[in-house]
Parts: sequence; structure tokens; C-alpha cells
Amino acid sequence: MNIKELYQEIILEHGKNPRNLRKTENFNKDAKGNNPLCGDNVHIFLKLDEDKKVQDVSFEGSGCAISMASASIMTDLMKGKEEAQVKEIVKDFLGMIKENPELKSKNLQEDEKTKLMCLSGVKQYPMRVKCATLSWHTLISAIDKTQEENNTKTR
Amino acid sequence: MSMSDIKKEFPIFSNKIHNNDLVYLDSANSSQKPQSVIDRINEFYTNEFSNTGRSVHYLAVTATNLYENTRSSVQKYINAKDKNEIVFTKGATEAINLVANTFGQKYLEQGDEILITELEHHSNYVPWHFLRQSKGIKIEFAEINHDGEITLESIEKKINSKTKLIAITHLSNVTGAVLPVKEITELAHSKGIAVLVDGCQGAPHLKLDMQDIDCDFYAISCHKMYGPTGLGVLYAKKKWLEQLPPYQGGGGMINDVKKDSITYGDLPNKYEAGTMATAQVIAFDQSIKFLEKVGIESMIKHEQELIEYGQEILKRNNSVKLIGNPKNRAAVLSFTIEGVHPHDIATILDEDGVAIRAGHHCCQILHDKLGISASARASLGIYNTKEDLDQLNNSINNCKKIFNL
Repeated sequence: MNIKELYQEIILEHGKNPRNLRKTENFNKDAKGNNPLCGDNVHIFLKLDEDKKVQDVSFEGSGCAISMASASIMTDLMKGKEEAQVKEIVKDFLGMIKENPELKSKNLQEDEKTKLMCLSGVKQYPMRVKCATLSWHTLISAIDKTQEENNTKTR
Repeated sequence: MSMSDIKKEFPIFSNKIHNNDLVYLDSANSSQKPQSVIDRINEFYTNEFSNTGRSVHYLAVTATNLYENTRSSVQKYINAKDKNEIVFTKGATEAINLVANTFGQKYLEQGDEILITELEHHSNYVPWHFLRQSKGIKIEFAEINHDGEITLESIEKKINSKTKLIAITHLSNVTGAVLPVKEITELAHSKGIAVLVDGCQGAPHLKLDMQDIDCDFYAISCHKMYGPTGLGVLYAKKKWLEQLPPYQGGGGMINDVKKDSITYGDLPNKYEAGTMATAQVIAFDQSIKFLEKVGIESMIKHEQELIEYGQEILKRNNSVKLIGNPKNRAAVLSFTIEGVHPHDIATILDEDGVAIRAGHHCCQILHDKLGISASARASLGIYNTKEDLDQLNNSINNCKKIFNL
């Protein structure tokens, strides 16, 4: 596989100009994640309305192009989705990064799937998978509020 | 041996990485192994294996002699006064933990201070932090200057009547700065303070003379010195090894064991409990022989030429920012590229067969001080060439192209 398949234009663009890199006002859920091996960190802010629909989601943090692009694309895509849908999409995305050849979620539009598949290149780079998945794990932590820090397992 | 032949001694360089020649610039992390070291491990397990120091049969005697031979070689290589000042450990990390644990137990009380530096690897900070938690000691940090160096003055500034031990690196694994360890030791001793030198990076690249430096403790990582993993050396002055309590308890470190009392063995057995990394110790003798065959002076000259060349080409490459600018630099070139995260740099360079490290290199304190979360690091070994550094520069340019810089 060519390195350019990992660093596609869309990834470089989102990495350089991440969407939603800010703090949601009046957020009602949040969680921090960090990757002690790399020093990457992310803080996810989530605002759910009464119907448990994502009114806004944003993040703060720093990291490589892959992790910034992943958080950027993820936050863009989750707005307006219901909590249960968010969880289902995260599961589908993590499954795709891990082993599945494609995304199966019925909660994703075709163009959304295409965008997410741009991140599928990391499959070939096992050491970089955690860069792509950190913000997704952290989003789930924010929803479940199970733990303050969502450290990725490094070994 | 001519410097251009050295790569041939390391079989790993005959492999292709992603269809490219391997350009290995991660020796500060761990060095590659010459064929003689690899063969020695095989030979020992194939024809000579036995445990050391216990049994009286032929193989046990042979293994014990080989094991002790390496101790003598290390003593000679680092110019220690006494063979029994060489203690084998599982790594430099264990060597530092051994000192922190035993020195802390016997000589440190609440309010006492340990002076380290902002350059230290986590393995020369965390063991002292344990004492901060268990005994209430204080840890002071000597500050780096603008060039990423630690000067004698920056050490002197932090010494006070509470300072009991100074623990410093010989050579920074991030800025490449060589510390004036001899001068620091002289200053410390004039105030009755003990000195531990973390020699993880110093030992593979600098001439070692324990009697000249005069430090109390010196920790060595053998796998960074063209030797096997799982092995380190603690050099400690005999008076300390005699006075300090044992570290780990077990077989081999005892003298007499009764139900109500135990006496401990003589040096160095007192600090080598349990079955040691026998094959690694025996093979490490070949690492020292290899370094001696190349010649320390030739190695230093070669690596100095490389580091100067590397600094030159990276300084010329716009958008590359070198970390630190020490006057006395060895073996390490850390850098950042504006607009490209170090992990992305490392992944892209790897595609060309160029192996570097990205991250905080176990020096979070230093990276916080520099205001960055990570850096890219190219570190040299005896086998590197100017062509390797040219390839590094080419791959950096390729990386800039991918990121449209």
C-alpha cells in the first residue's frame, strides 16, 4: 500500500483545518482521552438535547494528522444523530478499522460512509490505529461517563 | 576495521524494509547487534549452557568463568578500579532503581533533596518519585539553557544543604547534549553529595573512565551498546556496594541462612539475586570486543563527523527545526517540522526504510518545558553513514511534499 492512501487529501485537509476544534457552550457530557505512548490527547464535549439527540459535539486537543482528522470527521458527522445511533456508528467504525472490509451501519448516509472510509488506510499501520480511534473511544466515554480518562491501551 | 565495513558486521542491514535499504536511525532507542553477538548467544545455548555459580560440574564451571570474564571486560572497558564494582542488572532502569531503593532506604529522610535535571529520561525520575511518595523527599530539577544544555552553573544553583544525591544523564537522549559529568561530580563531592550518572546514551558513544569521572554510580544499558536486551550494568564504587543494603533477596546473594537470621554474600553476589541473564552477559563480552576492535577513538571521530554533517543538512532544510543547539553534541538529532506531527513524519519516513522515533522519548518534563507534545528523533549508531543522513533528508523532503509544504 502506498503512503498516499493513508495520507489522502481529505485527511490532510481535516488534519490541517479540523472542524469543531473548540469547546461546546453548555455541554452536558464530556470525557478526556490520551495516548501515553504518543502524547496525543483529546477532550470531547457533547451537548445532548431532551430527546438525547446530539445538538453539538466538539473537541480540544492535539495530535497527528490522523487523530485530528478522525476527530474532525467524527464530530461533523455525529451532529443531529440520536445517542443510540451515535453508539451504533462508533461500533461500526471501530469494527471497520479493526477487521470489517466496509461500514454496515444503516444510520450512515452513503456520502458519510465514503468520508469515513478515507480513514480505513490505517488498518495497514497497526501502530497508528490508536491515533484514528482515540476520539471515538473518548466519545463513548463521554456518553457513558464510565471513566474520566480514556487512556488507550498501549501494550 | 574501516568505518565503511562496519555495516557488514550487522546482518540486519542485508534485509529490505518496504523494498528499501534499511536506514536505521533509532539507536538511542536500541542498537542493532553485530553477528558476533548473535552467534555467541547461539553458541552458548547450543554447546555450553549451564547455570552459573552453583554446581561444580564441567558446564557450570565453564559458564561461570565466561560470565565472570564479561565482568572483567566491562571493568576494563569503563576503567573501574575493582571487578566487584560491576553489578549486572536487567537493564539501566533496574540499575537506577537499585540505587534509589537502597540509597533511599539507608540514607534519605523526609525533607532531603535529590537533584536531577530537566533532561532526564523517566527512568531517572520515576524511581526518585517513589521515594518522594514513600519517604517525603524532595526532587529538584536543574534547568536547561536555551541550547538544551545543562551547565555546571545550573546544577550549582539548585544545590543546598539538603541535597543528598545528584542524578544526571551523561548524554541527553533528546537534545544530544553531553553533560560535564566530571565537573559536576567534583562540585558535588566538594559538598559531600553523591553522584549517579545515567549512562544509557553516554556509554555507547563516549569514552568511559569511571576513575576519571569519579562518580559514585553509573548505569549502563547493554542493548543500546550493541549488546543483548535484558541486560544492564550498574557501576558503583565499592564503598557504596559494601555499605548499602541488598536490593532483591533470593538465591545466590546469601552467605548463611538460618531460621532466625540471614547473612548476605560478598560483592558482587550480594546484588545479583536469582539466576541472571547468563547468555546475555556472556554475549555482551562480544559487544565490548566489537567496540574495541573498531576502536573507541575511531568510533567517536566517525560519529562526530556524522553529527556535524547531520546538523548541517537539517539546518539547511527550511521548515525543519532542530531541538537544542548544544556545543558538545553527540549521536542525537531531534527535530520538528512546522505543520507535520512527529508521528506522521515517522510513518512517512518508514515507508522509505528510514527508522526514526517519534513521541516524547520518555522525557515528558523536557517536552513540556519546550512547549511541544512530541518530537521526531534521528539517533546514530556506529554503523551509520553520511548516505544514511542524506536519505533522512530526502525522506523529510518527501514528507513535506505529501503535506504540501
